[in-house]
Amino acid sequence: MNKTTAASGGDSLALETQRLTVTRGLVTILTDLELKIPTGRWCAIVGPNGAGKSTLLQVLAGILPFQGEVRLFGQPLRQHAAQNRARRIAWLGQSVVQSADDLRAYDVVMLGRLPHQSWLGGQSLADHAAVEHALKLTQAWAWRDRALSTLSGGEKQRVLLARLLAVEADVLLMDEPLANLDPPHQADWLMLVRELVAQGKTVVSVLHEVTLALYADDLLVMSNGKIQYAGKRDEPALHRAIETVFEHRIAIQPLGARWVALPTLS
Amino acid sequence: MTTSSATSALTKPRASRVAGFLGLLCVATLLFGLSVGSTGFEPLWNLGSDAVAMQIIWELRAPRTLGALLTGGLLGLAGAIAQGLFRNPLADPFLLGSASGASLGVAILLVGFGISPLATQWFVKLGLTGAAFVGAVLAVLLTLSLARGVQHTLRLLLAGVIVGVVLGALTSLLSLTRPDILQAMQAFMLGSTAFVSWSSCAIMAIVCLTCTTAGVALARGLDGLALGEATAKSLGLPLTTLRGALIGILALATGTAVAHTGLIAFVGLAAPHLVRAIVTVRYAWLLPLATLMGALLLSLADLFARGLIAPQELPVGVLTAILGGGYLMWLMNRQSIAHE
Repeated sequence: MNKTTAASGGDSLALETQRLTVTRGLVTILTDLELKIPTGRWCAIVGPNGAGKSTLLQVLAGILPFQGEVRLFGQPLRQHAAQNRARRIAWLGQSVVQSADDLRAYDVVMLGRLPHQSWLGGQSLADHAAVEHALKLTQAWAWRDRALSTLSGGEKQRVLLARLLAVEADVLLMDEPLANLDPPHQADWLMLVRELVAQGKTVVSVLHEVTLALYADDLLVMSNGKIQYAGKRDEPALHRAIETVFEHRIAIQPLGARWVALPTLS
Repeated sequence: MTTSSATSALTKPRASRVAGFLGLLCVATLLFGLSVGSTGFEPLWNLGSDAVAMQIIWELRAPRTLGALLTGGLLGLAGAIAQGLFRNPLADPFLLGSASGASLGVAILLVGFGISPLATQWFVKLGLTGAAFVGAVLAVLLTLSLARGVQHTLRLLLAGVIVGVVLGALTSLLSLTRPDILQAMQAFMLGSTAFVSWSSCAIMAIVCLTCTTAGVALARGLDGLALGEATAKSLGLPLTTLRGALIGILALATGTAVAHTGLIAFVGLAAPHLVRAIVTVRYAWLLPLATLMGALLLSLADLFARGLIAPQELPVGVLTAILGGGYLMWLMNRQSIAHE
């Protein structure tokens, strides 16, 4: 199987890296990483803690400096002007920061429109429409007037997800988007991602829950700052690669038309 | 769910109403400030007939009352910007070393020129203001160079602490070698609105207006920063430029306030907190509201400082430190109870 291309059938690539290396101080986090993520698909990244998944996502979002080459829709990431890049690729981080606690949910989601606004210009009707649409998609419209500090972890997560959607970017990067969500809202999220992909968007998500990751079109299996395997959801070799990076502490089993990852108790 | 959002919308007033209310209160304290002093209300009644009364109101009470409002406004604004910039609710305007820089500037001037009776009053006054301002700005620049730019918030904070400690030590050293400047230094360190002139008021008004306008123009960047630096970056915000501009505003507002009234503690820290306790707003509203709240706080404190043990008066900085400290203790207790 192709080791670096997540899917073989993709016509155009949303994201591509060549010899991508990221170091922080003396520690190398990503080493000569090569990947290709096609447009209009959902790609899930799985791997053990410290594999470099979040770092990879942050590099793709243009947040972290890197060596090597990253291309967004064929054009080197470094050549994109910051605001232009921010309109095309949006990123949702793992941690909920406390300093946003004093903002209303609506204002938080409106920040997703920053890439579309000029410095002194106001908020356009399109901005308000996008914010309303995003808040309704994540079922967070009801508490739009509440401060973030008054929301529960799951409610906050849905507001932050709406913030990501409000960017209306072509590529959406999500780091642990299901953290704090209860099962019904996890299912909602899966349907939302399907819908986004159906609209032609590209979704890349880091997921700890392997069973949920196995709903994605393609998977990247990472460990030690490298991609160990890239392939489609149903490939047996992919399943073996996942079991290997998790030291065979999980086993992937078929369940109907789906796959489940179960812990192995030795 | 809907009821709780409805009640929260009901209990939290609109920002524009809060602004109007704070503005009215500021005007009220301004008017009240004209009637408070060692000679009481009397000059106000005799305003038309008595030249001395006119002088008391116009040359003493009016500029100092207005000065307290403006200084408080500058500190409130600077506090709100500092808290947004460092994403820390405990950040205060003096965080980048401006206070200790201003003190050192004043100490150097006092040592250099002495407190000779030959120097005319206004020369000393102008010199002290200038020295404090230059000291404050230089200290911030020193902090920036130690932190090697504005990219790293933590490094900025640490550099600010280091600059504060080292410049403070230098000031102490100067005061020790020249005990004759001790009293003048002390007066500066305690902070007082007693010597604010009309020209000081004009300068502070211009700076306050400029800084508030510039701050509001950058408010969206502060909102973005609240989501964390990584998210702000992913949204395409030019963080380095933004931080540089915000630090410029911070240094200008703090330097101007310190130069005219000395070190006034806690107003910059408490004003944004009080605003947030009343309304949930974006920075575009928080900055002007914190300005108004700071103005109100300091002018009220100034009234108390003048009235509490009249005809003697307390340095207003002492009063704000006690009141502000008490308020923060209360806030801390309330929050820890809420968390339990």
